[in-house]
Amino acid sequence: MEAFLDTFFNGAVLARYAPSILQGVWVTVLLSVLIVVSGIVGGAALACLRAYRIRPLSALIVIYADMFRALPPLVLILLVFFGLPNLGILLSSSTVLYLILTLVLAAFAEEIVWAGITAVPKGQWEASRSTGLGFTQTLIWVILPQAVRLVIPPLTNRAIAITKMTALGMVIGVPDILGQATTAQSFSANASPLMLAAIAYVLLFLPLVIFSRWLETRFAAPGV
Amino acid sequence: MTQAAQEAVAPPTLVVRGLRKSFGSEEVLQGIDLTVARRELVFVLGPSGSGKSTMLRCCNRLEEPDAGEITLEGDPVTGPKVDVNQLRRRMGMVFQAFNLYPHLSALSNVTLALRKVRGLPRPEAEAMGLTALDRVGLKAKAASYPAHLSGGQQQRVAIARALALEPSVMLFDEPTSALDPELVGDVLAVMQDMKAQGMTMLVVSHEMKFARDAADRVIFMDAGRIVEQGTPEQIFETPHHERTQTFLARFSGRG
Amino acid sequence: MEAILTQFFNVEIMVKALPLVLQGLGITLLICVVVIPLGLVGGLLAALAAVSRNRAVRWSAIALVDLFRAVPPLVLLIFIYAGLPFAGLSLSPFAAVAIGFFLNNSAYFAEIFRAGLLSVHKGQAEAARSTGLTQNQTLIHVVLPQATRNVLPDLMSNVVEVIKLTSLASVVSLGEMLHAAGLVRSLTYNASPLVLAAGIYLAMLWPLVRLISRFERRIAS
Ligand SMILES: Nc1ncnc2c1ncn2[C@@H]1O[C@H](COP(=O)(O)OP(=O)(O)OP(=O)(O)O)[C@@H](O)[C@H]1O
Ligand SMILES: [Mg+2]
Repeated sequence: MEAFLDTFFNGAVLARYAPSILQGVWVTVLLSVLIVVSGIVGGAALACLRAYRIRPLSALIVIYADMFRALPPLVLILLVFFGLPNLGILLSSSTVLYLILTLVLAAFAEEIVWAGITAVPKGQWEASRSTGLGFTQTLIWVILPQAVRLVIPPLTNRAIAITKMTALGMVIGVPDILGQATTAQSFSANASPLMLAAIAYVLLFLPLVIFSRWLETRFAAPGV
Repeated sequence: MTQAAQEAVAPPTLVVRGLRKSFGSEEVLQGIDLTVARRELVFVLGPSGSGKSTMLRCCNRLEEPDAGEITLEGDPVTGPKVDVNQLRRRMGMVFQAFNLYPHLSALSNVTLALRKVRGLPRPEAEAMGLTALDRVGLKAKAASYPAHLSGGQQQRVAIARALALEPSVMLFDEPTSALDPELVGDVLAVMQDMKAQGMTMLVVSHEMKFARDAADRVIFMDAGRIVEQGTPEQIFETPHHERTQTFLARFSGRG
Repeated sequence: MEAILTQFFNVEIMVKALPLVLQGLGITLLICVVVIPLGLVGGLLAALAAVSRNRAVRWSAIALVDLFRAVPPLVLLIFIYAGLPFAGLSLSPFAAVAIGFFLNNSAYFAEIFRAGLLSVHKGQAEAARSTGLTQNQTLIHVVLPQATRNVLPDLMSNVVEVIKLTSLASVVSLGEMLHAAGLVRSLTYNASPLVLAAGIYLAMLWPLVRLISRFERRIAS
């Protein structure tokens, strides 16, 4: 027991590295918020564009969404982080992480919102257009509000899954929770920083996971 | 012994004694006594919430009774050492919502229990399944999936699913309530045919005409008790109990 | 333009990288073959526990599932690979990957199976029990086939996620495809090997992603 505590909850090590891991928490939180906001807004915007059914534009959106859903984010992160400098473009590791995860989330969000838009019965479009509302007005005032119900649970789940991927930043040296913890671990030769990191992630994400579970029951399709 | 004499000494098909069941603080069945003789068709009537479904579901222990005794052909249904699955095989049940398995064809719906509960090899099970489907007039639909059958056809497949197991008694819980009016007749015709072939049946339904034509006995339930019972004529023409009278009056007024 | 071609799509370097990357692909596939069935089985068992009538079983299953959904898979992997040795438990990279992904995947598959089990109407099990099928027979022949069919797109999209997740194994130096490509990149200072690996991932996963989208639309309509 003592050995276990010494390995995973070493007081001296914890006290020494807690501040840097706390800094990592801020980096993780900040990146997560930015990624969620821009990813979802971007994805929703793309889904709306797709609703206009302009052929070449829709095709481009589908190709983009497919590619970013099919490629492992770590591959994209390494590709951009190590590739762009060779073209003379220098981006910080945090910027690369932010860009890639935003693009990935936007791709998933586009598919989810688009599925929500197509799930609204055609009669809703017709009823709305028959009252004189334009296409865009119908989309904004009639279709999207109905799609939201269907879209919120899967979107929340996906947003959580992708913000958890900020931990991938550690590979390119982003000073997030995991990045700080692995550094601390190699300096201290002790597993306590990793334990602390795991606890930090649980404290950050467990409430979100429970929240998404609650959302799912709340928005469950009626009559199932 | 002649067949008639054998049947005279054999125990009744279904016997229910002192059946009680509560959900939370609400006692839904407050002591039900009921005997269904061999080849008898007992028709159960009663207002919504009177406990009709619960009584049927206690008979094959889809609901666990709180108190009381049930026997099937003299064999105990309740009690700790009972093999409930073998007993259920001997009691066919037909549900209001059909509950056909959507992922299986009509024939596979019928043969699943033949193979898994009775342990028959597939060819034998399929032969029996086809016979059962034939009895409900749907042999031609053996390969169809439930989604491609009308409500009336689905319910007839569900009847075949129960019939194929050669049950001693069939329990029907409002088998036609979920059907469009024009489809009700086919299902009732199948049930009437079963009655003619000598099947023992306990039927919860609101089809009064069917009760008059086919029932040996009608039971009126209210608030978890059997209030009154008798022949269809007795119950429909000269109901004694006040609650039976109001129920029938409201019903004929509506129908 | 010229620079993009030589830095990202350099055929010569790709050809050189190909044998190593293909070897890595073999390991990627090996991880998949181990981790996907493990995750499916673990997830199914956890889902059955999560819909159990026994409160204690149900809530412990749900708590465990939520815990492993809250921890990023890379954190779990590094904890197992780099943290446990301090407690005297050293695992090979492959074992660490298998255990870490098993825990992570099981949690995600469990959520999917749970939704599937809950989506099957109660009358289905009752009809099956009324014909004398046992609880296990009812589960195997009646409930599970419907549950699985109802969540097939979600199961498939999680399989895609698992395949993508195998790239994380590169972080613990398991020589799978991304690790191999990264190695050649660091030797050549050229991103083309990574593009090659990305191309192979796309070839594997794009058809699946398309199929899932098609599937989801058919179920929605
Ligand atoms: N599983 C259950 N849990 C709690 N209450 C139940 C349950 N099943 C039935 N009840 C209650 O028991 C009472 C009797 O229900 P039951 O379904 O047996 O009535 P019924 O006579 O079949 O009515 P109906 O004609 O509407 O089908 C009702 O008040 C019902 O709400
Ligand atoms: Mg009822």
